[in-house]
Amino acid sequence: MNTFKGETLSWQTVNGVIELALHRETCNEIGSLTLVELEKFVASVPELAAEAHSLILYSTQKAGFSAGADLRELFERGQRMGKEAALRGVREFLERIHAVMNAIDAFPLTTIAAVHGVTFGGGFELALVCDIIIADRMTRFCFPELRLGLIPGFGGIPRLKRDLGNAVVRDLLLTGRSFNVMKAQQVGLVSQIAAEGESLQVARSTASQIGKFDRQTAAAAKEFVKPIPYAELKREIDIFCDLFSRPAVEKGLRQFVENEGPQPYLP
Amino acid sequence: MSSPAVDHTLDEILNLAASHFKVPREKLNADDDFFKTLGIDSLQALDLLTRLEQHFRIELPDYELQGVSDFRTLANRIQARL
Repeated sequence: MNTFKGETLSWQTVNGVIELALHRETCNEIGSLTLVELEKFVASVPELAAEAHSLILYSTQKAGFSAGADLRELFERGQRMGKEAALRGVREFLERIHAVMNAIDAFPLTTIAAVHGVTFGGGFELALVCDIIIADRMTRFCFPELRLGLIPGFGGIPRLKRDLGNAVVRDLLLTGRSFNVMKAQQVGLVSQIAAEGESLQVARSTASQIGKFDRQTAAAAKEFVKPIPYAELKREIDIFCDLFSRPAVEKGLRQFVENEGPQPYLP
Repeated sequence: MSSPAVDHTLDEILNLAASHFKVPREKLNADDDFFKTLGIDSLQALDLLTRLEQHFRIELPDYELQGVSDFRTLANRIQARL
């Protein structure tokens, strides 16, 4: 499928660049429908890659790239199912999202996350599977999972460890705070900073540069410098599922879902 | 806590908030709850935080906003990082 318009995302190829747009309101919360459509995308890549050299992931939602996992869906499903069924459901979801993330991580194309605004949790993890992150001035990165008694579950910890110093990883994880884009560039997370609203334009310019080089060489170089930490990724799923079964997590999710105050995204 | 430095910082915060959220400057007061006065939610509060960090050239962890809802307290938190 060279073009696709789904409920949560769409893609098309423009000048040798696959552009994958996330457009689920309010902020691309990643739930079961997004997962299904990402799986469709991954299945389409062999056909798409024949005509492309790069992939850009971006969001059309004003609030940001993605606020992460759909916590409402997670909470509501947990309430409908028994504990064991809910936990099985969570593990199955994680294994499927990991398969998607691993596939994008290993794409033979050069991948760029063009981010803005809120890039939290699972959204941050989606950006981390890309080779290059280009962020606009208003981007904030965060792993808020500890606020819910969890750890990032979409592969964020092994990938962050792959890319950044361990001290920065500990800061992000253990404080649950968000970083602005200047800090993110200082620590080596962000490759380029764009003006507000311009991360896609900067990404397109970067992709155009990338397109000048031999595809096979670029793919070989990428595979050499970007190992995928499969063993740690599996371990992350196990740790997440162990933590998920605790009552503190249900309490944290309930508080988030029922919060009508102005501060759910603040720590 | 008030001092000339904090008052100056407070003034800059109020100007920035009024400009960005298009609220008349004279409607903003130091002891106002900025969520209510500006009519913002937490996503917009993060947006404000980012603009304040850029304006003052500081890093202000978002947990510093815990329990902070008025402009004067925010000014004190920012002043502590200058």
